[in-house]
Amino acid sequence: MDFIGKRRLWFIIALCIIALGCAFLIFRGLNFGIDFTGGTRLMLNLPGGFTTSQVRDVLSKVEATDASDRTVTLENSYIQKVIGAGGEEVVIRTVTLTEDERAKLLTAIAVEWPEFSEKDIRNVENVGPVVGGELLRNALLALLLASVGMVIYISFRFQLKFAVAAMAALLFDAFVVIAAFSVFKLELNSPFVASVLTIVGYSINDTIVIFDRIRENLKYNPGLKALPETVNLSINQSLRRSINTSLTTLLVVGVLLFAGGDTLKPFALPLFIGIISGTFSSIFLASPLWYVLKIRERKARA
Amino acid sequence: MTQWTKLLTLILIMTTIAAAAALSVPVIVREINLGIDLRGGVYVLLEAQTAEDGGEQTPGDGEAVAQEPLGWWQKVTAWFDGLFGGKEGQEAGGISADDMAATVAVLRNRVDSFGLTEPIIQREGERRIRIELATDPTKPEQSQREILETIGKTALLEFKDASGKTVLTGANLTVAQAVYQTDEFGRQVPMVSLEFDSKGAQIFAELTASHIGQQVPIYLDGEVISAPQVRTAITDGKAVITGIGSIDEAARLANLLRSGALPLEMVQLEVRTVGPTLGSDSLLKSLWAGLIGMGLVMLFMFAFYRLPGLIASFALLGYSVILLDVLVALKAVLTLPGIAGIILTVGMAVDANVIIFERLKEELKNGKTHRASMFAAFDKALSSILDGNITTLIVAAILYALGTGPIRGFAVTLSLGIICSMFTAIVVTRMMMNYLVDSNIVKNNWLLGVNR
Repeated sequence: MDFIGKRRLWFIIALCIIALGCAFLIFRGLNFGIDFTGGTRLMLNLPGGFTTSQVRDVLSKVEATDASDRTVTLENSYIQKVIGAGGEEVVIRTVTLTEDERAKLLTAIAVEWPEFSEKDIRNVENVGPVVGGELLRNALLALLLASVGMVIYISFRFQLKFAVAAMAALLFDAFVVIAAFSVFKLELNSPFVASVLTIVGYSINDTIVIFDRIRENLKYNPGLKALPETVNLSINQSLRRSINTSLTTLLVVGVLLFAGGDTLKPFALPLFIGIISGTFSSIFLASPLWYVLKIRERKARA
Repeated sequence: MTQWTKLLTLILIMTTIAAAAALSVPVIVREINLGIDLRGGVYVLLEAQTAEDGGEQTPGDGEAVAQEPLGWWQKVTAWFDGLFGGKEGQEAGGISADDMAATVAVLRNRVDSFGLTEPIIQREGERRIRIELATDPTKPEQSQREILETIGKTALLEFKDASGKTVLTGANLTVAQAVYQTDEFGRQVPMVSLEFDSKGAQIFAELTASHIGQQVPIYLDGEVISAPQVRTAITDGKAVITGIGSIDEAARLANLLRSGALPLEMVQLEVRTVGPTLGSDSLLKSLWAGLIGMGLVMLFMFAFYRLPGLIASFALLGYSVILLDVLVALKAVLTLPGIAGIILTVGMAVDANVIIFERLKEELKNGKTHRASMFAAFDKALSSILDGNITTLIVAAILYALGTGPIRGFAVTLSLGIICSMFTAIVVTRMMMNYLVDSNIVKNNWLLGVNR
């Protein structure tokens, strides 16, 4: 397959994906969870079943102090049905509640669902706004440091141009994963940070294998004349491997996605999409980008 | 000619791996440390308040301290502060290391009364304390709500004189016990009996002597919990707190007072509780996902690469056992993200083998002998396996350095997974492949994955 000759096509496809992702990010936005914004999240089993409006009714009777010190009812909280161990369970996301406010909320729930007891509390998460801000800062810092580390390593083992091309492919993957959170309306919490960074690690691994092949083929076939053929050959030689490795990884992540339930989904779904994107970007973006950088250098010298 | 000893050795290695896997399972199940997200429990991140945070004006009411949400610009500047080792959040702000150590000790005392297994109470940074407690659902005394209440209180006991000045605090207590005593109406009621040290007894004697006929209110964290009227001067250093609802409540208060007040006012930055049902449900689901995923990968490898694929499947089994054993040996805590990390590395672990086997097919197609092809395949694949995995390791190391809690667990399993998988994919697979080729039982290239 001619990967280099059709490079404009791949770049256009990538740009379309980026444009689509941007549209989602602008018009739908991201659903930041309590790990980023601060807040309280409760997962409860309500014995005897429930409807969302029933839960909202109960919440509207509970008062709390929000981040700007105003007294509000919890009516505008985020309510979601999930499938948990006891069948349908409810996830409630509110402003950060104090211990007393949490107790008030649980008491109000127990009035509406008399069989409700402590064992029905699946989990309670309470994150202050300070910690949330730190998570965002640390995530950005991690992404920056990881990129710097990889650029240094790849420049050292290959060349700076390989590093630049690999970084571009990688940022594309990170963007796709972020956009996927918008498309699938997933809540961004700490698993989000981990999955973006994992995809970064996975995608770079994928790209490096192809670059390694280019490096090897260039040794036996130096000179820039045959450059398009060399790059094409290298991608084609690594193609089976790229596909098979992605397939095996997708198999496990796919099982995690379909059998893992709602708790593992925030991990599995972005990984699933990121692996597909990582495979695409290392085959269709990284090497053609490197090729473009390489011929520009030749033109500059000539 | 078929070399039977080589073939037998290969079969022996495979049997050993399978046996090791079977034998390890019970050990791993018994010994592995599960995080509270998998076994149920309480996670609390506390931060000491300094005077400028408004900490000293409102003791015991920590959570009410409102923090303005950060705007975008503030977030960016805060981020750069962190980048250049600036302040933000973690600044010590006049909090001494001694006070922090004392706070940890008091919290440990309080938590110990619940009889939890392996409670974690650790300092994190300059002014934070992380508490992780696994609760046992079969023990009703380990109520997550009560544990949170016990951790959350400052437990500053104060006796104030008529002018409202604090004259005596819980620091002078030697004994605090929950008891039933007869009140003035002849009823048996729960109380907390207190005993002061000699200095405290002296102050208490002076306080009661000067307030005969008046009330001496007793404050806990700024709230009056009891206001007894003084009839005579009390010189033996003994007092009681009355007006307590139940003996359980009295026991809890006594425990709080015995452990002492927190030297610092702590705010709960982050609280997470996981009920036992959610934990075991997540554990079960992820275990199944891992097993099914591994099975599918093995099937795929066998179908695609045939004999080498079978060898890779055993290597994968060996990989899983080694990784879990290493996690047990390092006493690493397995969290939900950690399991996700392991499952991901199962998929990636075969990557090295895929690279090698694809090379093997190429070399075989070029007409080389089985043995020569195998050596060439391992040699040529090595550089890409190393470079690919080292870059991923860089990411994992940075995740570990910057992450907290669950992210760290993920980084640990990811990096251990990468290291273990390189070992099994390169060393173990190679050994088995050697025996396979040397045994001369493979007569055609089809069995080594080549189509036609």
